[in-house]
Amino acid sequence: MKMFVPLAAACLLASAGAAHAADPNLGRNLAATCANCHGTNGNAVKGSGIDGLAGIPKDKTLQKLADFRSGDKPASIMHQIVKGYTDAQLDLIATYFAAQK
Amino acid sequence: MMLMKRRDFLKVGAAAGAMASLYGCAGGGKASGHVVVVGGGYGGATVAKYLRMWSEGGVQVTLIERNPTFISCPISNLVIGGQKTMEDITISYEGLRNKWGVRVIQDDVVAVDATKRTVSLKGGSALSYDRLVLSPGVDFMWDEIPGLKGAEAQSKVLHAWKAGPQTVALRKQLESMKDGGVYAISIPKAPYRCPPGPYERACLVANYFKQSKPKSKVVILDANEDVVSKKGLFTKAWSDLYKGIVEYRNNSEVKDVDVGSNTAVLEFDKFKADVLNIIPPHRAGDIAHKSGIKLVNNRWVDINWLSMESTSTPGIHVLGDAIFPAPTMPKSGHMANQHGKLAAAAILNMLSGQEPNPEPVVMNTCYSFVDSKNVIHVSSVHQYDAATRTVQPVKGAGGVSAARNELEGKIALGWAQNIWADMLT
Ligand SMILES: Cc1cc2nc3c(=O)[nH]c(=O)nc-3n(C[C@H](O)[C@H](O)[C@H](O)COP(=O)(O)OP(=O)(O)OC[C@H]3O[C@@H](n4cnc5c(N)ncnc54)[C@H](O)[C@@H]3O)c2cc1C
Repeated sequence: MKMFVPLAAACLLASAGAAHAADPNLGRNLAATCANCHGTNGNAVKGSGIDGLAGIPKDKTLQKLADFRSGDKPASIMHQIVKGYTDAQLDLIATYFAAQK
Repeated sequence: MMLMKRRDFLKVGAAAGAMASLYGCAGGGKASGHVVVVGGGYGGATVAKYLRMWSEGGVQVTLIERNPTFISCPISNLVIGGQKTMEDITISYEGLRNKWGVRVIQDDVVAVDATKRTVSLKGGSALSYDRLVLSPGVDFMWDEIPGLKGAEAQSKVLHAWKAGPQTVALRKQLESMKDGGVYAISIPKAPYRCPPGPYERACLVANYFKQSKPKSKVVILDANEDVVSKKGLFTKAWSDLYKGIVEYRNNSEVKDVDVGSNTAVLEFDKFKADVLNIIPPHRAGDIAHKSGIKLVNNRWVDINWLSMESTSTPGIHVLGDAIFPAPTMPKSGHMANQHGKLAAAAILNMLSGQEPNPEPVVMNTCYSFVDSKNVIHVSSVHQYDAATRTVQPVKGAGGVSAARNELEGKIALGWAQNIWADMLT
């Protein structure tokens, strides 16, 4: 049991210090908002005509999102959706998908 | 009554549970416990899969659904319009069972005991839960249309607002209608399930008439002051594609129906149709009412947006069409799926002694067919706002299609394939 004591103390500190500390699964949760169209964990159904996002390098996804936002890359819907997320959120999303198989 | 104890059901969960409470705040704590999900539609199937996937099998999930298979409302208007078949919108629960290890039981949940944390099934058994999720969709307020209270009346004047036998029956009524006949669809006051759905259906029926019964008419009896969703795009489709076929009437609330003469009774007027399609006002599915949780306007469940948990009753989370929506949030399958993921993340945190994610985000996309190929969309993103304790639409984000187009016709079908897979396989 001894090993759990410091952990419990750390818990107290953590919860007292930052009531709104980010959830450790924030990237996963945010990326899941994309899955309705882009597939669970970014694995779109083959032949569905919608891009999969799993395993795409982070920089590539972020560039694509930036181009949707600026209008450089024409889109049917992504130019509207990308504007709903902060840069920090998009970074977490792109990071999560890059790590998926 | 056979009461299945959590202990008996959870063969592997117990040890992990003890660990989880010790590792509580560390973020690495593995959630365990038994979650019962009522309703295997857009919200319920999603939460069941994501609970299993994100807990890596640590949380046991039992899904109770009265129907043997999933039948999708989205794309069902294309069955009514003649482009798709029931087979195209029917999917089995085997993926949830075999791939994700969800225990799927075909039965009806008839009661919830929030104190004992049990649900009773029509089949006679009962299940205990650590957390309960209700995603029962909607049920109709037949008292508002007295003439349609009986089962026989309901088999003649259809809603087809829950995909299934009524979808097929409405298609048959349209097929047997003579050329020169009138199809009337009534829309209840908002909020109702799928804001653009009735207008989409009007378009697809008009498309069928244009091709097969060109002397026929579509009349929309809308209880609302104006077209509720994608107004400019729908009215343009009616004038460009269906001139002389579609007629739109606002402020036309249906108060009753005379089934014998197929007549809708409005406040000052009556309307007789050859095919009468009445969408009655609806409210949270009956089980939400029976479970005694807090409702808004005696219709929709009041929830906490950090966890989708009932504001009155700890341990019960509610998703999808059954909830009192956040500002501008539509009752859609896409949104119910997003609720399912928000709830799954929160439940797993709570089952391992952590607070739910303090900054949830949900988003929506709804595609509507205006003919067999051309589609229009509406989209929005909603971020949690601590000040108002709800999710608020992000200003400047979201919007509608610039114009109807065939590209989105393909994307809409791709959307369906992906969301079905995201819920069920
Ligand atoms: C014609 C039409 C077109 C639509 N098009 C779209 C679209 O293009 N895009 C979109 O996003 N949305 C669309 N929608 C809306 C979408 O269908 C709903 O918003 C969505 O189904 C809501 O999900 P839910 O989980 O709340 O309810 P549902 O999907 O209805 O699931 C509820 C389930 O619970 C079961 N159930 C209820 N009570 C019990 C009980 N006591 N015991 C056991 N089982 C129970 C029911 O049998 C049902 O399967 C459309 C709707 C209609 C009618």
